[in-house]
Amino acid sequence: MLGVRLGCGRPALSSESGYTVPESVVRRGVRLVWQSLRLHPWAHTAAIMGANVFALAVVGFTVVIGRITDEVIIPGLDGDGVTRGSVVGAVMVVVLVGVVRTASIMVRRWFNMLATVKTQRTWRWAVTDRFLDVPLAYYRSRPAGQLLAHADADVEVATSMLKPLAFSLSVVVLALAALVSLLLVHPLFALVAVVMFPTLTFLNRQFTRKVEVPAAAGQEAVGTLSGIAHESFDGVLVVKTLGHERVELERFSSSARALREHRLAVGRLRSKYGPVNYALPQLGIIVLLIVGVWLVDSGSVSIGDVVRAMSLFSILTLPMEILGYLFQEMPRSVVAMDRINGVMAEPVEPRPKAPLTFKHGTERAVEVEFDAVGFTHPDGLAVLNGLNFSLEPGESVALVGATGSGKSTAVALLAGLVPPTVGEVRIGGVPTTVLGPGGVAASVATVLQETFLFADTVRANLTLGRDVSDEELVGVLTAASADGFVTGLENGLESVIGERGVTLSGGQRQRLAIARALLRCPTVLVLDDATSAIDPLIEEGILAALRRPTFAAGNRMTLLVVAHRLATIRLADRVLFLNDGSIAASGTHEELLDVEGYATLARAYEMAGSQLRGDGN
Amino acid sequence: MIEGDPRRIDGVSALSVLRRGLAASPELRVGAGQTVLMAMSVAGGKLLVPLLIQAVMDLSITADGIRLGRAAVLCSSTVVLVVGSIFLGKVTYFRLVQTAENVLLGLRVRTFEHIHKLSLAEHSSSRKGVLTARVTSDVETLTQFAQWGAVAWVIDSVQIVTVLIIMVVYSWQLTLVVLLLHLPLLPIFRWMQARQLMAYEELRTRVSDTMGVVSESIHGVEVIRVHGHREPMRRRVHQSIDAQFDQQMVAARYFSLVLPLSDLFGVTAIATVIGAGVWWGEAWGVSSGQLVAFIFLCNLLVTPITSLGEVLDQTQTALAGWWKILDVLDTKVDLVDPSTPVPLPTGALGVRVEGVEFCYRTGGLVLQGIDIDLSAGASVAVVGETGSGKTTFARLLTRLADPTSGQVLVGGVNLRDVSPASRRRSIRMVPQDGFLFDTSVIDNIRYGRAGASEENAVAAIEALGLTDWVGGLVDGIHTRVGERGEGLSVGERQLVALARAHLADPGLLVLDEATSAVDPETETTLERAMERLAAGRTTVSVAHRLSTAERSDLVLVFDNGRIVESGPHTQLVDQGGIYAGLHASWLGGTRQMF
Repeated sequence: MLGVRLGCGRPALSSESGYTVPESVVRRGVRLVWQSLRLHPWAHTAAIMGANVFALAVVGFTVVIGRITDEVIIPGLDGDGVTRGSVVGAVMVVVLVGVVRTASIMVRRWFNMLATVKTQRTWRWAVTDRFLDVPLAYYRSRPAGQLLAHADADVEVATSMLKPLAFSLSVVVLALAALVSLLLVHPLFALVAVVMFPTLTFLNRQFTRKVEVPAAAGQEAVGTLSGIAHESFDGVLVVKTLGHERVELERFSSSARALREHRLAVGRLRSKYGPVNYALPQLGIIVLLIVGVWLVDSGSVSIGDVVRAMSLFSILTLPMEILGYLFQEMPRSVVAMDRINGVMAEPVEPRPKAPLTFKHGTERAVEVEFDAVGFTHPDGLAVLNGLNFSLEPGESVALVGATGSGKSTAVALLAGLVPPTVGEVRIGGVPTTVLGPGGVAASVATVLQETFLFADTVRANLTLGRDVSDEELVGVLTAASADGFVTGLENGLESVIGERGVTLSGGQRQRLAIARALLRCPTVLVLDDATSAIDPLIEEGILAALRRPTFAAGNRMTLLVVAHRLATIRLADRVLFLNDGSIAASGTHEELLDVEGYATLARAYEMAGSQLRGDGN
Repeated sequence: MIEGDPRRIDGVSALSVLRRGLAASPELRVGAGQTVLMAMSVAGGKLLVPLLIQAVMDLSITADGIRLGRAAVLCSSTVVLVVGSIFLGKVTYFRLVQTAENVLLGLRVRTFEHIHKLSLAEHSSSRKGVLTARVTSDVETLTQFAQWGAVAWVIDSVQIVTVLIIMVVYSWQLTLVVLLLHLPLLPIFRWMQARQLMAYEELRTRVSDTMGVVSESIHGVEVIRVHGHREPMRRRVHQSIDAQFDQQMVAARYFSLVLPLSDLFGVTAIATVIGAGVWWGEAWGVSSGQLVAFIFLCNLLVTPITSLGEVLDQTQTALAGWWKILDVLDTKVDLVDPSTPVPLPTGALGVRVEGVEFCYRTGGLVLQGIDIDLSAGASVAVVGETGSGKTTFARLLTRLADPTSGQVLVGGVNLRDVSPASRRRSIRMVPQDGFLFDTSVIDNIRYGRAGASEENAVAAIEALGLTDWVGGLVDGIHTRVGERGEGLSVGERQLVALARAHLADPGLLVLDEATSAVDPETETTLERAMERLAAGRTTVSVAHRLSTAERSDLVLVFDNGRIVESGPHTQLVDQGGIYAGLHASWLGGTRQMF
């Protein structure tokens, strides 16, 4: 519901080189404001009301001072003096109007901030939601730093034009009130204002148009810079071992220098228009003054009228400045908004209309079937072609094949990470496309090649936020042979492990990943080369534990293992030999040794897989 | 400290941040005097019109009637001055922007540089998203400030001072009244400012936190999906965003209080001036015209004070961001470059480790009593269980860390005294983390040595026998490797890392073997490449393959932070100690199977 409001279906920005101006900035700015207004109408309304009350209070203040001048000050100092009561009364009235003015500012600022920050929150939700819902392919084409920038800086900048919004909208009320008052004094005074304000608006729009390109380039440069920094810190070990700090610094600084150039271009434009914007109302007042003196001389207005006209005119300058600020922020904001809209225009992963899920935790026996499955990458590279196989409930199967034979793709299909291009993958007779990612995850647990751990406690990494008893945790940790080292950690289950699990060894991380998968009591467990860093003896123990009946009915988990170690392969009931995107042979390890290609591969595995204490620290 | 600093900034004044900040940004001082002078004249320009109005009222509108000519002269000369101020303003504003951008550039670059100087331990305890935030979004808060707030500070303060001076000329008594009435603002502002700074500091922490969580949701996308963890993750991201929102609204309290308060004081001042002026005006020698002018001046005082209140909020955000950056810059660098650097000799380098101990700042001893001599050109295998200290040992040899006590001599020189350039060239580690930069294969190899050409890199590929492998890639040497090199397999990433090392032609090579299994074709290529790379150099391998240990001249067995066994493979197997056990487990693990 939040997301829909956002995307106007206009992926306006070509993100690579050469920024193309898609549509008038002002029109996009108005749309941005409109989106925010529709999201949070009440906060915005309250802020605008506050701003308008402020406008009226300011005009009221001038009127009050004018009357006090005529009725208290002049008689008090030049005339016959005034009573104590009228002096106290004057002071009270000034304070009263002042209090109204102050209160209106508070209301405006608080609610304006509320509206801005609420809009930020809504858009952050929407962007991060979209990140969670886009197909996996989206991530492959974009550096993480850039995605971060969408959720952080882009939202911040997109909303920065909302901050002066309420105040600048009050300029309308203020202008009307001031114009009417000016008209009442003398039509010529009103004429000065009527000439002045369109000129200012014209200048503002001209500035807005010109500044768009450098502002957009600057915003783009922030994204690039963030990407470079992120990559550089991510690869810090390599940078250090290469002694590459200088080169990285040069890469970063040249990007930072490019950013500075864009910012300077914006600054140059701003310094050109800003002072003119400020000086115009000043010149207006001078014109007003000379016209006023002339009119006083000809006897058509009084001196008091001239003073009042000038006050009204100068009152107008503050919101005009704010309006200018709004126009100056606009290009940056709409460009950032375009980038957000770009994210929102990404199609979400197709979800089944009525996702099916299996009941959790009881005896289950589901069969896995790959039915004429083909998978082709978006760039046209075919990986799998006519892949047919099935896994019986409780069976343990090793998937073997050379690099590039499509093992990992098959795993991704089974895990529901990607949909097949043709054919069907069925779990318990239901196609994965019908089950949806959530439905697949309910019965299939996959442990991936690259272990990812959250920067959180061991417990949180295992439970992923679910409520799980300590017994269950100990159970899966034991099964994954991870109980020993977890107990050895300073705070046991509550020990915090760093981002990417950096404080643990590769083998320890893999064991935690296996425990995490087991905790979900999967019917089907898929290990995609997920024991590669684990000591062979420990691995053997883990695999044996996985073969034990786990369910009430005495059923075993169905196990699909992608492995390079002969020991692992030998433990399987059956071996599937994957070659060129389809199953070339199926049978026991011994049976397959007669198959051309498999024997070669197996011999190579024996030679290569001679691992010694795989748990590198 | 970079992250998770429990220290609160109690009682910290903006001034202390400013002082540290100024010291950290020498760019601020370049041409500062001239810029400030110009800014002051721009601020003076803002008072032209009010002064003109006073002058016209006093000089042109006299009791004898209106002097139109005089008014016209005054007005037209002010027009000239105002037009002049446009140009002055243009130049000044651009100068300010220029200074600001130079400061920000310097700050970004220095912070980036400093982060890279920090130790691995410091890095692994910080999230990458947070580190990125320091050189991006935290600096951005300063950008915002530099573009508006900093300019406003200079111009507004000048305006306040000028108005006060003119006020004194009119009536010192009334000026005193105005000043006294504004006096309470000072302690109130101070109090609020401290609270506000804290609120903003907390906000920056929340922002980093959101970035950290979002970064996890991006990096961990596959794990999140295969475990059906999407909805809980969504909740966590939302929670973090909500926490940020809540803190934003805490900060908004001060934002919506500070400015109106100053406005209220301004109004009270005007009311009091009216009261006092009318009552005691005659006694103080104030005429009605002067009192009206004075009230006008009071209004002129309200505008800059209001404007300052407006930028105060922005200032606080900027200070909080600045604070975070300065904290990074203040984080101590553990590895100090030598004052009199010594270059390493060329050729294979011998290693002498004398009484080395190592412990992390927080934890216990990781290594102790390490004394070992590795002759130049030897191949050494280091084995041991997780946590035995073998990786730390490898890090000490490459000076990724310094020993807590004892010393490491390479080529007869204490590593602490070796010039960084020479060390980078002659000692090379190939880490098991196969991180590659998101560019082509050839560029990643060229990173191996500063200034290496494409030809050099191709030569390295040939020398290691990788030509066929590279030829098999989609775009040959120009194949893009993807973010973190994830477009290549683990083994292929190692191949790139080896070619990289070859390019540097080091005398000491430290190999941290990948634990992940590698597909057989790549494995064969990898072993051959490793052999060729090792020729003529001292090599220390943190070994996970038995074949590596078998081939080496010397095996060092680490256990619990000590070297418990050392000798050639066969001798250790015969000895029947820990190594023999490891060996047996390897045999049991694989050979019987085939």
